Amino acid sequence: MLTFNNPAIRIENLTKTFGDHTVLNNLSFDIPKGKITTILGFSGAGKSTLLKHILGLIQPSSGRITVLDRNLAALKDVELREFRQSFGMLFQYAALFDSLDAIENVAFPLREFTKLSNDEVLSRCRNLLESVGLEPISFHKIPSELSGGMRKRVGLARALSLEPDIMLYDEPTTGLDPITTHMVDNLIRSTSEKHNKREMTSVIISHDVKATLRISDFVAFLDRGNIVEYLPASEFAQSKNELVQEFVNL
Amino acid sequence: MASKTASHSQKNFFIRQIEGLGAAILDNLNGFGSFITFVLNALLWLFRPPFRLRLFFEQLYFVGNKSIFIIALSGSFTGMVMAYQTYFGFKLISVDSLVGPVTALTLAKELAPVLTGLIVAGRAGAAMTAQIGSMKVTEQIDALEVMGINSVQYLAVPRIVAGTISVPMLSALFLFIGNVGSYIVGTKFLSIDEAMYLSKLGEFMFLGDIWQGLIKATFFGFLISCIGTYFGFNVTKGAEGVGKGTNLSVVWGMIMVLITDYFLTSFLIHIL
Ligand SMILES: Nc1ncnc2c1ncn2[C@@H]1O[C@H](COP(=O)(O)OP(=O)(O)OP(=O)(O)O)[C@@H](O)[C@H]1O
Ligand SMILES: [Mg+2]
Repeated sequence: MLTFNNPAIRIENLTKTFGDHTVLNNLSFDIPKGKITTILGFSGAGKSTLLKHILGLIQPSSGRITVLDRNLAALKDVELREFRQSFGMLFQYAALFDSLDAIENVAFPLREFTKLSNDEVLSRCRNLLESVGLEPISFHKIPSELSGGMRKRVGLARALSLEPDIMLYDEPTTGLDPITTHMVDNLIRSTSEKHNKREMTSVIISHDVKATLRISDFVAFLDRGNIVEYLPASEFAQSKNELVQEFVNL
Repeated sequence: MASKTASHSQKNFFIRQIEGLGAAILDNLNGFGSFITFVLNALLWLFRPPFRLRLFFEQLYFVGNKSIFIIALSGSFTGMVMAYQTYFGFKLISVDSLVGPVTALTLAKELAPVLTGLIVAGRAGAAMTAQIGSMKVTEQIDALEVMGINSVQYLAVPRIVAGTISVPMLSALFLFIGNVGSYIVGTKFLSIDEAMYLSKLGEFMFLGDIWQGLIKATFFGFLISCIGTYFGFNVTKGAEGVGKGTNLSVVWGMIMVLITDYFLTSFLIHIL
């Protein structure tokens, strides 16, 4: 099991039960700064639940979560909401606001949380959209007029607009065709590299072993509420864990 | 032996029925509790900055302005039919000059607020559930929360305030147009004297009657938009869930308008 000095996210003895169903079971786990870490696991293993804990959207039954040196349990509601601005999140289906066009989706966090003028907001948004590879003719399309891959690009630009310290990706390629999957994977890698100077941390939740091994630095395997394997991506396929072998060779 | 198993399974049947009933009651109580929690939470966030005026005006336009035509249409026909119905009854005992005040009082105290409430529940209440519900299932609400924006404050508060303000205004419009309709039918088609109609109206109609209707309409607006937004936030399971939530929101919105109408009336009658 890997440990890191000064990790971006440190999870210690996290347990979460819903009723009498234990979803996360005494889980401990460090996520290093400035790297791409992927959490793999079967459906229902508790991946989304873990992600929601990292965001402080749900409270642990017991245990401690430290993100960027701050203990989430010690933050008040208002502080926690403010703190969430250091996160960016790309949702599985992008979760764009369907009443706003592409550029206004990206502008949303800027208008909400900064005092930039309208011109500054729009020019930033154009840069962001170009950097994730959206063609200018699509800037004023509403989400229902965009393809799945284009929505992912807009969602990524929106998540990056406030320069987050931690980028979270929830199943970024589930439900996409192979070519778009490849494009999104490359986008995650290049985004991470682009923001390498600021040590932006990326956390991915995924089912896709092949892509994970290609783009990640570290890979963790979550099973029944526990991290059962955690290795650098290059060593993951050689894991001796049976479940991991089963998953990798699927 | 055979009869013993029969009575055994019969007993099971009754126990199952009672269990089913008990579960349904508990479910409803649970639902009521979480509805109250939701409303209190929304009220709490109403008084906290940031105050999102633009969202409020958007909703006011949506609930209010976009309902004007349908409310005017319903109001005019309700007033017109009221005039007809009361006229032929009243004529039998030669009090047809009272058509004006009777129609006006019925409209002011009951028909305007209740019918406006029912129409808004079917139109705006349902739309609130559908909008918020589809944001829920496509994770747009999670996206707001991840940005640190309180989704109840962002989505529910502007709708509740706009609903609470616009339903009494729509009800007042309903009342006014209903009276115009009744006046036209009464004096032009049914030969009630115009001066008589107006003087009787002035004689029997008081400001308190109008207030009673407006206060009720305000409650209805609040209730309908709380119900509409609550069912939106509680949508689960995809597009099918949005349809189900919308349905529930209309049914509960309409039922609650009728139920609270009784209680508000019995209360207001003593103080106005
Ligand atoms: N709010 C909740 N209340 C009750 N149970 C929950 C809740 N959230 C999650 N669970 C349960 O926790 C378990 C793990 O759910 P989670 O969504 O974290 O899995 P996952 O690994 O993300 O799965 P998938 O790959 O299907 O998204 C599931 O059995 C789920 O039913
Ligand atoms: Mg999940």
